[in-house]
Amino acid sequence: MAKVGVYVCHCGSNIAGVVDVAAVREYAETLPDVVVSREYLFMCSDPGQELIRKDIKDGLVDRVVVAACTPRTHEPIFRKALESAGLNKYFFEMANIRDQDSWVHGDDHAGATRKAKQLVASAVAKAANLEALEDTYVDVTQAAMVVGGGVAGIFAALDLANMGHKVYLVEKEPSIGGVMAQLDKTFPTNDCSACILTPIMVEVGTHPNIEMLTYAEVEDVDGYIGNFKVKVRKKQTYVDWTKCTGCGACAEACPAKVPDSFNCGMNDRGAAYIHFPQAVPKKAVVDMKHCLNCAGHKIGQEPRISKKTGEPMLAPCEKACAADAINRSLPWNPEGELIEIEVGTVVLATGYRVMEKEHFKEYAPDSPNVLTALQMERLISATGPTGGKLLRPSDGKKPKVLDFISCVGSRDIRHHTYCSRVCCMYMIKQARLLMEKYPDLEIYMHFIDVRTPGKDFDEYYTHAAEMGIHFIKGKPGGIEMLPDDRLRVLGYDSAMGENIEVDADLVILATAIELPEDAQKLAQKFSMTMDGSGFFKELHPKLKPVDTPIEGVFLAGCCQGPKDIPDTVAQAKAAAASAAIPLAQKRVKIEPILSEVYPEKCSGCGICVPLCPYNAISLKPYADRPRAVIDMTQCKGCGVCASACPSGAIILHGYTDDQIYSQIAALTQSA
Amino acid sequence: MEFSPNIVGFACQWCTYAGADLAGNLRCKYPSTVKLIKVPCSGRVEPEYVMQALARGADGVFVGGCHFGDCHYKTGNYKTSRRMMLLTKLLSDMGIAKDRFRLEWISGAEGKKFAETITEYTEQVKKIGPNLFKGGK
Ligand SMILES: Cc1cc2nc3c(=O)[nH]c(=O)nc-3n(C[C@H](O)[C@H](O)[C@H](O)COP(=O)(O)OP(=O)(O)OC[C@H]3O[C@@H](n4cnc5c(N)ncnc54)[C@H](O)[C@@H]3O)c2cc1C
Ligand code: FES
Repeated sequence: MAKVGVYVCHCGSNIAGVVDVAAVREYAETLPDVVVSREYLFMCSDPGQELIRKDIKDGLVDRVVVAACTPRTHEPIFRKALESAGLNKYFFEMANIRDQDSWVHGDDHAGATRKAKQLVASAVAKAANLEALEDTYVDVTQAAMVVGGGVAGIFAALDLANMGHKVYLVEKEPSIGGVMAQLDKTFPTNDCSACILTPIMVEVGTHPNIEMLTYAEVEDVDGYIGNFKVKVRKKQTYVDWTKCTGCGACAEACPAKVPDSFNCGMNDRGAAYIHFPQAVPKKAVVDMKHCLNCAGHKIGQEPRISKKTGEPMLAPCEKACAADAINRSLPWNPEGELIEIEVGTVVLATGYRVMEKEHFKEYAPDSPNVLTALQMERLISATGPTGGKLLRPSDGKKPKVLDFISCVGSRDIRHHTYCSRVCCMYMIKQARLLMEKYPDLEIYMHFIDVRTPGKDFDEYYTHAAEMGIHFIKGKPGGIEMLPDDRLRVLGYDSAMGENIEVDADLVILATAIELPEDAQKLAQKFSMTMDGSGFFKELHPKLKPVDTPIEGVFLAGCCQGPKDIPDTVAQAKAAAASAAIPLAQKRVKIEPILSEVYPEKCSGCGICVPLCPYNAISLKPYADRPRAVIDMTQCKGCGVCASACPSGAIILHGYTDDQIYSQIAALTQSA
Repeated sequence: MEFSPNIVGFACQWCTYAGADLAGNLRCKYPSTVKLIKVPCSGRVEPEYVMQALARGADGVFVGGCHFGDCHYKTGNYKTSRRMMLLTKLLSDMGIAKDRFRLEWISGAEGKKFAETITEYTEQVKKIGPNLFKGGK
């Protein structure tokens, strides 16, 4: 007979303020198999755990039920207590009487107490049926992968590499750098983004421990902490990167016209192009979707021979390449190359995108003089489409009146309810930079309110006001297009309590930060969960800010939520440190919550084989017939096979039929 | 006394169980009718569990899993969906109000949805009235 000890937690007043803890404890004493039932103010505190440890050591109990917060955060803590008292740590079960009881039934004390009793009965029933299980350990592959080469991925990769670990840095664009590489100067110090980022990009590119895989994407992920197998597709560049010197001659020669995504579509690039002048690696790509197949020289075909000269007719990109890196006659595989990489841990740092202006019909998106703030960054950048000159896109003339609108798509129930966190500051930054360069400009800025809660941020804002930039509190309702491509911003000034109209030459929209659609696909590959705002969800908002529900996968940067560069770098360094822990430990624990086949019961029907999402089950000869066998290193413990087995031959340890039926029985007993 | 249904719930640990915890964090109120049994994946829930709970007199049975595409084990919830579809047919055939049973996809971010679902579902079970079965093993 099991000797179950029940420990009911007050959690200060979190539980005891709603649930009658004493009544629950007394009720527990009446349950079968329960030998002792206690209550305490904070069960997870050291004295609380000591109550459990002592009862175990005294031989009083051999199964433990704690009725408290939630197993999602506290199960590991109590399991450790069991272990330290010499009891198998899987003889533990928790009743969730806080998160799923006292916190949600605060206005129904009787109901909450009744529910707590039932939950305790259910946990006790399961506890009595628990079995001892043993953890297993596997060696950790001594390498890490960082997905996304923005400033977050760059710093995560560098820190891991500097700790001595091999790092694979996967970036979908031809170069690393991310959005920071597109920025002109950066708040709050106004140092030039390229000047601070480029040297670090070079360091990544030349680091002996870092293998950059740019123009590459993750295709499939298998395995678990310590032993992830990641399939990465290196997209076809149609340029031999071992020969390409990054001179850019092919890009200059290419006559195709493709909106340049690095400059947010404000100018055109060729189909042959280099991502941006400071690219790392600085290598050319031929974007075959937009290639014109000049001279009729299609990829993979022999060139035509000129009737006039008798010479082969080559495309301009081929002709321009002095390094012989572009040879269109070769049999290039459009699928690129699929490589499989084994790593112990992964950092996801895939960043964000800004919303396009087209979503905001009220703000005249069809006017060329309405820009997103990221387009404005490119417009004022020395490497941008105008070489850093402020010129109106419609006519190439210098504007006189500028108007900024904040919270476009953020803090707006029609789009995103969250704050994008960086917009107030970068708007002020852009306005200040412009004012410094062109003191005769007239600049208006519309805010719902100005949010500048960072180190040195508020001083930055105050200074902008002193420079004569006009701050208006109130969100504009719309923009009218005027003749001469000017724009009338229909605003409201809540300080004056009246409408205000600003006739501007250029309007800048601070559009929201969000995740691109392909982030969802990546999330599914890594089994990430998304938070209510659509970003990758961390395991715990306070205590596990870079961890995820998947052990061994960590988050850094804006893919986890909007943030500025200082916060991004801090988080990247945190993620690198966390991702290095399993590598340093060299082996990791595999929980024994896995499925197992009892061959005597197995009829060999094979129903389970195709059901397993991990192909962990196969039929192998056993005695007289083939029977199912589960590869423990592949099983992840979902229990789908156990549920499907018609012979009851598969059991999922930790969630056996007996355990679950006993819980059903307990919950249908009246409490 | 007003009838307060006794509802047995099964929730996958990655989505619906986490969503229920989030409802707690957000202090979203809902009736104290549902008691969750944590399972790793909704795919672990056997139709027999639902039948057993109903046979033992539960007034309702709730199963919660991840949205399609979000299952922690890739495809467990598709299997749940198929199994439970068959189960619903069976329940009707056996003369059990099929609305006693409820399958929902609730993510770990949908605390509010969890609370709203339980509130609404409790009302539904109340309308059907108490389950007079008292058998089972
Ligand atoms: C207009 C504007 C101005 C700003 N100004 C400032 C400022 O002055 N100061 C400041 O501190 N912050 C500023 N910010 C914020 C700053 O841009 C971010 O903090 C920073 O870029 C976040 O870096 P990240 O690495 O998380 O994301 P990103 O910069 O978005 O990098 C993500 C990288 O991952 C790659 N990637 C995406 N998906 C995949 C995939 N599936 N596989 C492989 N690779 C992938 C992307 O190509 C990209 O290279 C500004 C933001 C905006 C919009
Ligand atoms: S893990 Fe939630 S349904 Fe499979």
